[in-house]
Amino acid sequence: MTASADIAHQEHSNSFLTKYVWSQDHKVIAIQYGVTAIMVGVVALVLSALMRLQLGFPDQFSFINPASYLQFVTMHGMIMVVYLLTALLLGGFGNYLIPLMLGARDMVFPYLNMLSYWTYLLSVLVLMASFFVPGGPTGAGWTLYPPQAILPGTPGSEMGILMMLVSLGIFIVAFTMGGLNYVCTVLQARARGMTLMRMPLTIWGIFVATIMGLLAFPALLVSAIMMFLDSVAGTSFFMPAIMSLGEQLDHGGGSPILFQHLFWFFGHPEVYIVALPAFGMVSDVLATHARKNIFGYRMMVWAIVIIGGLSFVVWAHHMYVSGMNPYFGFFFATTTLIIAVPTALKVYNWILTLWRGNIHLTVPMLFAIGFIFTFVHGGLSGLFLGNVVIDLPLSDTYFVVGHFHMVMGVSPIMVLFAAIYHWFPKITGRMLHTGMGKFHFWATFVGTYLVFLPMHYLGFLGVPRRYFAMGGTDFIPASAQSLNASITVSALVIAVVQLVFIYNVIWSLRHGKAAGHNPWQATTLEWQTPDTPPKHGNWGPSEPVVYRWAYDYSVPGARDDFIPQNVPDSEVVVTDKLAFAKAGT
Amino acid sequence: MNIWQKLTDKPWLAQPEGMDPALLQSPEPYWPERIALRFFLVTASVVFSLFVMTLLGRSQLPDFHALAGEPWLPLSEPRQLWWNSAILLLSSISMHLGLVFARRSRLHQAMLATACSLLLMLLFLLAQYLVWQQLAFAGFGFTSNPASNYFYLLTAVHGVHLLGGIVAACWVLWYFWQQQAASHIISKLSLSVTYSHFMLVVWLLLFALLTSPASTIDTLAALCGFSGGRYD
Repeated sequence: MTASADIAHQEHSNSFLTKYVWSQDHKVIAIQYGVTAIMVGVVALVLSALMRLQLGFPDQFSFINPASYLQFVTMHGMIMVVYLLTALLLGGFGNYLIPLMLGARDMVFPYLNMLSYWTYLLSVLVLMASFFVPGGPTGAGWTLYPPQAILPGTPGSEMGILMMLVSLGIFIVAFTMGGLNYVCTVLQARARGMTLMRMPLTIWGIFVATIMGLLAFPALLVSAIMMFLDSVAGTSFFMPAIMSLGEQLDHGGGSPILFQHLFWFFGHPEVYIVALPAFGMVSDVLATHARKNIFGYRMMVWAIVIIGGLSFVVWAHHMYVSGMNPYFGFFFATTTLIIAVPTALKVYNWILTLWRGNIHLTVPMLFAIGFIFTFVHGGLSGLFLGNVVIDLPLSDTYFVVGHFHMVMGVSPIMVLFAAIYHWFPKITGRMLHTGMGKFHFWATFVGTYLVFLPMHYLGFLGVPRRYFAMGGTDFIPASAQSLNASITVSALVIAVVQLVFIYNVIWSLRHGKAAGHNPWQATTLEWQTPDTPPKHGNWGPSEPVVYRWAYDYSVPGARDDFIPQNVPDSEVVVTDKLAFAKAGT
Repeated sequence: MNIWQKLTDKPWLAQPEGMDPALLQSPEPYWPERIALRFFLVTASVVFSLFVMTLLGRSQLPDFHALAGEPWLPLSEPRQLWWNSAILLLSSISMHLGLVFARRSRLHQAMLATACSLLLMLLFLLAQYLVWQQLAFAGFGFTSNPASNYFYLLTAVHGVHLLGGIVAACWVLWYFWQQQAASHIISKLSLSVTYSHFMLVVWLLLFALLTSPASTIDTLAALCGFSGGRYD
């Protein structure tokens, strides 16, 4: 791009509306995505608190009844998985970091990028509107299994389920627009010298997760369309012959299992669509704050790609209790165990990155290390559940709730907090308050263990998940209820602690310490912009040129313990020429 | 550098000043629209493939009766669908001719060919709607049986995707009208041609599947692991 084109690019959006509302600047769109996702995430957090109130102190709250409880469960799950985690990791951080880390001026399709956000917002609004329609939102469980999802008797079976399906359809359109943009930007808009293997792992994670999303979300779209037709047009794609409330319905011949296959063909890759960007971001945070190059970069890239591929052949491990051919069970149990190999490899590499590093226990680093703990715990319990014979008795218990919250809930959220604390100085030009940050970390880290570790034990006791109340489950000891109460108290405390984080963000926006352009002394390109926060166009008159990979930390012989990617060897201040030359071979 | 070489690169090794292959090699051709289209076609292929997989799975349940095979079934002699296929084929050929003309700088003929392709796509949609009406009139409405469900659903999904092709063709015609640079028109037109060919191939596959007798569908279902009403 020529210098004049650069300047024109920077100046093309000047009015308030085009700069902050109908913005095509990837950074503004990222913030729009981020704020929307966090707001809807707060709704989901409140819903989980309401669920916990009922579970911890049954029948004490008149505004929670069995129907509303199921609605809370459903909306909490779907919002957290799709509308918060996917949107924040890919729409938020993907949008912000891809052009900056690659040395690009913007996404390759800025207008499409803007459309993607507004379409996402529409999907959120449709979903939220379902709280206000007759019958309320769907209470079918976040997996929306038919036939019960659309049958009378299930909360929200009139309008709620339809709005959920429509909202998901709109979300998938938004994701496709954004996803095509991310992939094309990575493949086409990298700065000169930025080869694929010089990309930071954050970009690798987002890139592969986006491709996975483009392949997996169609399964959700297909199942949503077919279930919508089953509900409104009277087709029977998924609906078997069935009696409901004493009446024989017109449906007949359909297969609910077919829906489950479709749903989990989306649902399991979705776990990694969330996890891979988190893997990438935590790698960059660990390397930066340990002042050490990431251990086994090439293995890390390959592991991301292999995990992405394998995640499409493990879906039926979510369906062991639905019954399947034993050979299928064997196949899916095997693939599930195989996918643990590249995943474990990543964990080892993170730990080896920390090994003998110059570890700075900053707030982002604390969250990143916290992630390693929670992810290892969640991953190990996943190995249990991946085996058919162990999964069958545990599947409908709180063991599963504990497992997937550790691996899919707490772990990505630990990374999200690490990422927010890490990149907030670049986004706003100010540091978040460290004291509040450390309090936030310790309370969240310890609190999540107090919530989710006991759930594994409840699972062993046989406490069923999804239940509004225990009912006649005499085999469960009374002490389980005490544990449930303590989980609820912990959960409420953690929920309140998040207010400290929100206060920290708001307070730091005005009063935070000025960050400077590279407060963490990081090597990647986003920290080398001429302005902080970066202006529209990112790079001023000329784009950066990349001379090295993203992890030149503590290079022997160099004066500084980091060498940015856009610094050629001739500009590196060397104190020991021999050691520096040796390090490069 | 091929993808294998790219992924086996050792980025941590320093490159001698002025000898960095990453800086010496010429940049890849910049055509993000083409990459976006390719990824979109993959995504659309997954959508159609999954619909087809569900059809094959659903076909093994007892209430599924194929719409072709026996003489009294409506798609055993699908004359109208053959005509519709010919229309879409002509549309695709016409769009391709438009690209050939545009590359030879015969922009007026290119515009006419593109307009012709657009009209044929619209005609195809209209003709598909007429097939819907004929089927419904013959007692095979949308909800009459699972095979009908799939016929209407798949043709509708194909039609919606074809609308995207129609919008793209309108866009290209707008570029012709605006007398934009030939290279610009050619790049947009070639994307439209790719999409139009893709939609033709998808239709031909759907056409073959939807007009298949029960025995063919059963064979396909067995090949995909669905058999005897079980796909678990």
